[in-house]
Amino acid sequence: MNIDFISLFVAAVLAGTPLLLGTLGEILTEKSGHLNLGVEGMMFMGAIASIAASWAYEQMAKGAGFAASGFLSMLIALLAAFGAGAFGALIYSFLTVTLRANQNVTGLTLTIFGTGLANFCGELLGKSAGGFVTVSKATKAAFAQLDLFGLKNSASPVLQTISKLFFQYNWMVYFAIVIALLMAWFFKRSRVGLNLRAVGESPATADAAGINVTRYKYLATVIGGGICGIGGMYMSMVNQSGVWVHNCVAGYGWLAVALVIFSTWSPVRGLICGLIFGAFTIMRLYVSIPGLAMQIYGMLPYAATILVLIITSIRQSREHAQPKSCGTNYFREER
Amino acid sequence: MEQIQQAVEMHNIKKTFGKVVANNNVSLSLRKGEILALLGENGSGKTTLMNMLAGIYYPDHGEIFIHGTEVQIRSPKEAFDLGIGMIHQHFKLVDVLTAAENIVLGLPGGVQLDRKKAAARISEISEKYGFEIDPNKKVYNMAVSEKQTVEIVKVLYRGADILILDEPTAVLTPQETRKLFDVLRAMKADGKSIIIITHKLHEVLDVSDRVAILRKGEYIGTVETAEATQQSLTEAMVGRSISLAIERPEVEQKDELLRVQGLTCINAEGVPAVRDVSFTAYGGEILGIAGVAGSGQKELCEAIAGLYHVKEGTVEFKAGTGFENIVGCKPDEIFKKGVSLAFVPEDRLGMGLVGSLDMVDNMLIRSYKNNKGPLVDRKTPKQVCDELIEALEIVTPGTSTPVRRLSGGNVQKVLLGREIHYNPKVLMVAYPVRGLDINSSFKIYDLLNEQKKKGVAVLFVGEDLDVLMEISDRIMVLCGGAVSGIVDPRTATKEDVGLLMVHAGGEKEAKA
Repeated sequence: MNIDFISLFVAAVLAGTPLLLGTLGEILTEKSGHLNLGVEGMMFMGAIASIAASWAYEQMAKGAGFAASGFLSMLIALLAAFGAGAFGALIYSFLTVTLRANQNVTGLTLTIFGTGLANFCGELLGKSAGGFVTVSKATKAAFAQLDLFGLKNSASPVLQTISKLFFQYNWMVYFAIVIALLMAWFFKRSRVGLNLRAVGESPATADAAGINVTRYKYLATVIGGGICGIGGMYMSMVNQSGVWVHNCVAGYGWLAVALVIFSTWSPVRGLICGLIFGAFTIMRLYVSIPGLAMQIYGMLPYAATILVLIITSIRQSREHAQPKSCGTNYFREER
Repeated sequence: MEQIQQAVEMHNIKKTFGKVVANNNVSLSLRKGEILALLGENGSGKTTLMNMLAGIYYPDHGEIFIHGTEVQIRSPKEAFDLGIGMIHQHFKLVDVLTAAENIVLGLPGGVQLDRKKAAARISEISEKYGFEIDPNKKVYNMAVSEKQTVEIVKVLYRGADILILDEPTAVLTPQETRKLFDVLRAMKADGKSIIIITHKLHEVLDVSDRVAILRKGEYIGTVETAEATQQSLTEAMVGRSISLAIERPEVEQKDELLRVQGLTCINAEGVPAVRDVSFTAYGGEILGIAGVAGSGQKELCEAIAGLYHVKEGTVEFKAGTGFENIVGCKPDEIFKKGVSLAFVPEDRLGMGLVGSLDMVDNMLIRSYKNNKGPLVDRKTPKQVCDELIEALEIVTPGTSTPVRRLSGGNVQKVLLGREIHYNPKVLMVAYPVRGLDINSSFKIYDLLNEQKKKGVAVLFVGEDLDVLMEISDRIMVLCGGAVSGIVDPRTATKEDVGLLMVHAGGEKEAKA
């Protein structure tokens, strides 16, 4: 058996990034005491919104007769993906925070809604684009792999390997890592992060301490949803190279929900978990065990998810647990 | 004459929850630099009234003046800004955060948290008033009294000069209570104005300057503590004169009913929650169980009732002429044999009753297995409910109201009434009068004494030592899960029991 570990690592990072983004978004959401099962839906919304926005910009440029800027197109896609995810989360927060609807039901509904909406819009867009919708070369180039520090064609093979392992990903990989580190700092060191944790643990305590619980819940849920949407953009823009593919998110949102538990609500541990699960999803291409059916490989991430859930529920810890109020809505005057 | 400065004035406050009037036309004043006791039965609206000062509730009607200026307090934050800090009965602390983090929670300041600076300020406040506090200790590692200290420091840190304490002594040992009162007096000397909600009369007399009395949401009046007695306060509070002595009827025949030997239980963290506990319970006797909160009382009761895993030891229950070991029996088997557990947890509803179910359904939890056929018989439990409502004077809109909606005392009556209805031979009650007023408490004591006279062995886990000393025939003291002594309350003093509770001289093991 011959395994190319370097290629496996690179592929795992690439495959794990959308998982990481979904996980980070959901961690932020859950820290405010809201379990949003709509990650899959919000990723779908982000996926279609990014393609649609880029495509619309390019069409406009074409109509006006100037060349579309790849960078601008990418930026528009990013904003659209964030906005779409945030919009999904906003519906969710309005229902659960303001109207105090059941969080599980609302989240599941959001997933169904987002999936349907994205696939519907994707088909519609494809039709009007004549068959299928795809973004221009310039936009695709903006999501291509980078060559940080210019080491790709370095003379030294060691430097070349290091470059391949760490410095040749598309910008979204680094973007996701930066968000993870920022979030870790935010929860651990910042004043607002501390307040947010208190809201998620015990909203009554936070309320009595003068923290605006509703505002924190809305902001965390909406920004979390936006990050999930960016995860969806990765699926369509990087994994599918800017072509809308029916059902392209394909359960990644659900994996992200499970990863939140696996990473014990820690953004930094989320980095490692995203990498491991990324590896699981692409294993069949890099580790071939003769006689093992392809379908078994396909099962791997889901089987691992079940295992992880079993392990984490056996190992109970107070510090690395779900925020205590997660899943229940808060009403100040409840008696 | 010197003008008396009023820190707080509340005029004609009214607050309703749906149809329930919690406060009606209540007026109250707190002078600067005094300790005012707010006295009233349960459901008399003390906590509601104070919650309006703390910004948790907003009054439907009425005015509030702070230091002579009319104010609107719409949120806890606005209350802080006015210098009002409330220490709630159920602590509002985040378990997974440290003391310091809890204290600085929600305060304005730089983006990054300066933990060192916060710790320094906390130490400074602690020294000033004589607290002991470790800023870096996580709240879930703390004993109850430590948590309370964190709560008090939290409001002082915010610069509060009007402090409201909601039943602060309910969870403390006598020694800790005395320490708390010293702190309160130090704060008073420093010019702080303090309102303390309590229904322990001797504490009112001990620490307060004046007493304001509420009854059924109405303001009755304010008296100088120096001119009040326990009797006069009770009458003002209840509205009629009642006897304050708790009866301890003597029962001639005492049969051995329950023998516990070497009982040891391990909790989820692998630490023994109950250590080698041995005792005997007799019919016709109330065995008081005292101890600091979390000393293994809950686990002991649950182990006897078959709800907690027993690692070692035996629980022998009288069966016919001999004894049989009931360790390993299922909870419902143990219940059928006549061992009944009425546990009133801190939130009252957690164990024993289902809050969202009505009284009949809660009765059914115990009786549905006696049904014949596939359908549930609701008539019999309904009758039982009606009897209980009559006999125990339970105040409820009807048997179909969710028990969660009843007031604390009535919830406890439902729970206790149900357990007693099935004629247990051993009745374990944990905190049956927790949070109850004098009137309801005495009703519960009467119920327990009745059971005792019927030859039932009553195990009474209590937190108020004064009550335990009066009602029990023997008191078993637990400390860190082990029995630190069994005393006769007729001869022992409160201080003796208090010392046993903290295992004076012994190693420090009372960690929950």
